[in-house]
Amino acid sequence: MAVNEDKDRKPAVDELAGIDEISELVSLALPHDVLSTEIKLGELEVRARAGAIVRVLTFLRDEVNCQFKMLIDLCGVDYPERENRFDVVYHLLSLSHNRRIRVKIETDEETPVPSVVAVFPVANWFEREVWDMYGVRFSGHPDLRRILTDYGFEGFPLRKDFPLTGFVEVRYDEDQKRVVYEPVRLTQEFRSFDFLSPWEGIPDEMGRLRRDGSEREQ
Amino acid sequence: MGVNASIERPIPPGPAQDEILRQLGEDLTEKGFVTAQLDKLVNWARTGSMWPMTFGLACCAIEMMHAYMARYDLDRFGVVPRPSPRQSDVIIVAGTLCNKMAVPFRKVYDQMAEPRYVISMGSCANVGGYYHYSYSVVRGCDRIVPVDVYVPGCPPTAEALVYGIMQLQKKIKRTGTLWR
Repeated sequence: MAVNEDKDRKPAVDELAGIDEISELVSLALPHDVLSTEIKLGELEVRARAGAIVRVLTFLRDEVNCQFKMLIDLCGVDYPERENRFDVVYHLLSLSHNRRIRVKIETDEETPVPSVVAVFPVANWFEREVWDMYGVRFSGHPDLRRILTDYGFEGFPLRKDFPLTGFVEVRYDEDQKRVVYEPVRLTQEFRSFDFLSPWEGIPDEMGRLRRDGSEREQ
Repeated sequence: MGVNASIERPIPPGPAQDEILRQLGEDLTEKGFVTAQLDKLVNWARTGSMWPMTFGLACCAIEMMHAYMARYDLDRFGVVPRPSPRQSDVIIVAGTLCNKMAVPFRKVYDQMAEPRYVISMGSCANVGGYYHYSYSVVRGCDRIVPVDVYVPGCPPTAEALVYGIMQLQKKIKRTGTLWR
């Protein structure tokens, strides 16, 4: 869907065709597993209980009126202020009905989410990626290893409390004749660019340097 | 082939060059041999067949491919991409060098035979570029291997890479050593 700035815009009829029926169908068929359904910007979003995700996805895949046979993406979201800080989001596509659906569940650092590899084999690497980036655990996954980050990497880089520059950097050591890992040491200080003002780095009429928003308000 | 003449100052086509060539031809027919300085001859040969190790890491590799293709045609310089470090003289680091790739990159470099050269192509390979502050990117491939030529740009155009290769040729001729 194109970017939609007007929230009250009514989507064209065929964009929404069947979406509200599916929303109703899901909440009626799985009343204990589906917490809420919502149609946002012409897209159907279902919030489900984390423990029931396998049942919900199996239903969406096999029900004759749903037929969501493709798991397009599986990703995580970090909300550090929440008690259950992680969302795990499943994007499904039904090719036979030309419809999409988004299923969201919540979890925290400790509670494992049931793996959906048995429902969608493609989830294998997706769940490894969510584990690698957010540290969300998946129970019943056949091979839950890191997938993207360096061998021996520590931490979960897409968590909001992970520092951008990480903890280690690499360098070739001429004496040891190998690549060594060292604590990160930045020679170039981190610069926060303020694109609100085109005059960053240039003193204003009071002779002050505009570095960030707080100085500008003085 | 002008090996005898001063390589630092190539003589442009014209009467002066014709005179040298005529002299060379005369020497060859009369005496049957010409003399040259070995280091200059060797380095002239080196510049004429710099085989780069194919090391495209990111979008810079697309511009590197453009440089190899028909329009700019690096074959004219004797630059032919090789799939093996054992056959390569130069490695063009085209793209973002990640921490995870640093060890294999050094391994590939170590497998190349001397004399070997490194061209760092693009901002990411030069200093980390756009990913300078990232937790997973090496802040410049010169942290891993010694670099001969830096090609700036994001990505550099194919012309810029060709220019970088010509700069490396110049550097090899100017340094003029047999062993590095």
